Amino acid sequence: MGGGITLDHFLVLSLVIFSLGLFTVLTRRNAIGILMGVELILNSANINYLAFAFYGGGKYDGQIFAIFVIMLAAAEAVAIYQNFKTIDVGATETLSG
Amino acid sequence: MLAQAIFYALAALTVSSALMVAFSRNIVYSTFALLGAFMGVVGIYILLAADFVAMVQLLVYVGGILVLTIFAVMLTAGIADVTVSNRAVGTWSAIVTVGIAASVMLYAVMRTPWRQAASVTVLPTTYGIGNAFLGDYVLPFEVASLVLLAALIGAIVISRHEAKE
Repeated sequence: MGGGITLDHFLVLSLVIFSLGLFTVLTRRNAIGILMGVELILNSANINYLAFAFYGGGKYDGQIFAIFVIMLAAAEAVAIYQNFKTIDVGATETLSG
Repeated sequence: MLAQAIFYALAALTVSSALMVAFSRNIVYSTFALLGAFMGVVGIYILLAADFVAMVQLLVYVGGILVLTIFAVMLTAGIADVTVSNRAVGTWSAIVTVGIAASVMLYAVMRTPWRQAASVTVLPTTYGIGNAFLGDYVLPFEVASLVLLAALIGAIVISRHEAKE
C-alpha cells in the first residue's frame, strides 16, 4: 500500500484493541460487559487476519478465516440473550426479597 | 499521504471508542461506544481491500450483535445503577497483567521479520471468496452453518423454558 502504511501499523493497532478488550474481560463483573470485551478481542484478531492476507499477497484464506470468526461471534449473541434473562430474574428476586 | 491520514483517523476512532468501552462507568455508554469501535474496524477492513468482509462485519456486528446487546442492556432492570451495571474490580492487577502481555506481544511484532509479498493486489474479493467457500472450505462452511442452527435452536429452548416458569 502506498502512503507509508506497513504491516506493523495494523499489527500495533490490533494489539492496542486486543489489550483494551483483555482489560475489559478481566475487570468487568457484568456478563454483558465481558462479552463486549470478547467482541473487541475477536475484532482485533480479524484485523490481524486481514492484514496478513493483504500484505501476504492477496490470497483469500485470511478473509475466509475472518468470516468464520464473525459467524461464530454471531452464535455468541445467544449467550447475551440468556444473560439478559438471568439478570432480569436476579433483579426480581432482589425486589421481592 | 491520504491513505496514511485515513488510517490514523480510523485508528483514532477505533481506539478511542475501545477506551470508552473499557473504562466507562456506565454500561450504556460502553454499549454505544462499541458502535464507534465496530465502524472504525469496518473502515480498517476497507483499507485492507477486504470489501466483502467489511460488509459482513457491518451486517452481522453492527446490524445484529450490537443491536442485540443494546436490547439486552436497555431491558435489564436497574441498569442505571453504576454499582450493578458496570462494576470494575481488580483494576490495577488487570493493568499490570495487560501491560505485561502487551509488551511481550509488541516485542514479538517488532522483532519478527514478517515475510511480505512484493506487491499487493487490490481486486474485488467476492468471486474468490465464493469459490473458496464452495470449494476448498466447503466442510468448515457446512459445520459453521450447523453451529448457527444449534445456536438458533438453543435460543428457542432457553426462551421457552423461561416462559413456562
